[in-house]
Amino acid sequence: MSELTIKASSLSRNFGGIVAVDCLSFEVRSGEVLGFLGPNGAGKSTTMKMLTGFLAPSAGTATIDGHDIINDSLAARRIIGYLPEGAPGYGEMTVRSFLEFIARARGFKGREVQQKAAAAIDRLNLDRVPEQPIETLSKGFKRRVGLAQAILHDPQVLILDEPTDGLDPNQKHEVRRLIRDMSSEKIIVISTHMLEEVHALCNRAMIISNGRLLADDTPAGLIARSRYHNAVTLVVEDPERVASILSEIPQARKVELREGELTVFPVEGARLFELISDAVKEHGWSVSELRLEAGRLDEVFRQVTKGINGK
Amino acid sequence: MSTQRSSGISSVITVMRRELSGYFSTPVAWVFIVIFLMMSGVFTFYIGSFYERGMADLAPFFQFHPWLYLFLVPAIAMRLWAEEKRSGTIELLLTLPLTTGQVVLGKFLAAWLFLGLALLLTFPVWLTVNYLGNPDNGIIVAGYIGSWLMAGGFLAIGSCMSAVTRNQVVAFILSVVVCFGFLLSGLPMVMNVFTDWAPQSLLDAIADFSFLAHFAAISKGVIDLRDLVYFSLVIAFWLLANTIVLEINKAD
Repeated sequence: MSELTIKASSLSRNFGGIVAVDCLSFEVRSGEVLGFLGPNGAGKSTTMKMLTGFLAPSAGTATIDGHDIINDSLAARRIIGYLPEGAPGYGEMTVRSFLEFIARARGFKGREVQQKAAAAIDRLNLDRVPEQPIETLSKGFKRRVGLAQAILHDPQVLILDEPTDGLDPNQKHEVRRLIRDMSSEKIIVISTHMLEEVHALCNRAMIISNGRLLADDTPAGLIARSRYHNAVTLVVEDPERVASILSEIPQARKVELREGELTVFPVEGARLFELISDAVKEHGWSVSELRLEAGRLDEVFRQVTKGINGK
Repeated sequence: MSTQRSSGISSVITVMRRELSGYFSTPVAWVFIVIFLMMSGVFTFYIGSFYERGMADLAPFFQFHPWLYLFLVPAIAMRLWAEEKRSGTIELLLTLPLTTGQVVLGKFLAAWLFLGLALLLTFPVWLTVNYLGNPDNGIIVAGYIGSWLMAGGFLAIGSCMSAVTRNQVVAFILSVVVCFGFLLSGLPMVMNVFTDWAPQSLLDAIADFSFLAHFAAISKGVIDLRDLVYFSLVIAFWLLANTIVLEINKAD
């Protein structure tokens, strides 16, 4: 059997005259946790709705493990677990009866229906609320019910639209842990507009804006595009004087003073940290903070989505 | 792979079961049944002059069903799709490995069975007429069958209209209007629009579309295959239209 993949080729979608997704092509392999990153209205949800067969593409197509999403949507949908945006569920149903409905709709029969629902309840720690109607649950529990129905049939492909949006930090942490715990043999695609989520969850990130793919990289690779990458930031007494001395270092391309923090940017490929910590010792500055910047994802995000290349 | 293929019919039944349980976990079902029973009682005994006629049959009961359904069936049908769109569950439902046709049929059957249950709960009327006289129970059974089939026709129209919009009020009004057209198409007020210019064959066709004519035939106790086929075709046509509307929604 060939490797599990999602292949999108020139996937496009218009709503009336508005282009929501514009000729998107990409390929995802098993083991990848792909984050769709982009501002609201970038086309992330629309792309997911096309992959799951809820919307038909205006042009182009995609295959899920070889199954075309247009001609063979049913087979594609069988191997996908999908959490739509906002985790909708039938409010009047209890958690258990809702999950049993999903199990039946997924083709399970007889005792398997109860077993699959019970296993999903167990997996998502819903055992306190299985007999409660979904509409009486808190947002965090509703989201967990949504995840439970998505993973119930142990799908090879998980598509999660903003899985942690609107949750409190504890709930976010828990949902992220759940997603990380999923088998590494799967393909997981999540969408988010929260940058820290990509950091926490994904091993690949695609920045999408206005329906177009602007960057496709590992989170670390994206961060490396930041102008802050390998820059050094200090909080020091008398920063103006320190700034003028540090700007004399040949490896320092630029020195910026902002809100009491002094940031020194390196020339391409230079390592500044040792040089600056040596300078601190040499001049005997009173430094309250000294750190090496990895890069700032929000800054890369802003640059990329503005259409300016990070480099 | 753990996921199994499910046969078409079991998928339809799965959707139907979920829908039916949905009716009874909200007040919708009980409110509808109570109003349906009250209204059919009012129509039969007061407007239909059940006692005064002095005849042991249920003609005054069945005679008002088309008008009762005209408003009550769209009230049940309006939520079928509009509610799913409003709450977002349609995205869940249509991304499960079920065909659109299976989902349409499952939802329709649930609502139709529910209407059948409401209809069966009118049995005290039948007991009354049997207590007072010796009616032809064959005609009464035919009347029930005809009434249920007609309700199915109204329901299929309402289901399709519900898929057109996410607004339940709009869905209700649209389906009342379309149902009204189907009800009246045999009556002079509709036919007069066509008589001056349309060929006779078209006139016959339009007249044949009337729910009233076909229902009247069945409720007289004559179960003619043509009337059964008529209602089956109406239901099939509108459910197909319903499926097509949903497919268009995906691309639109």
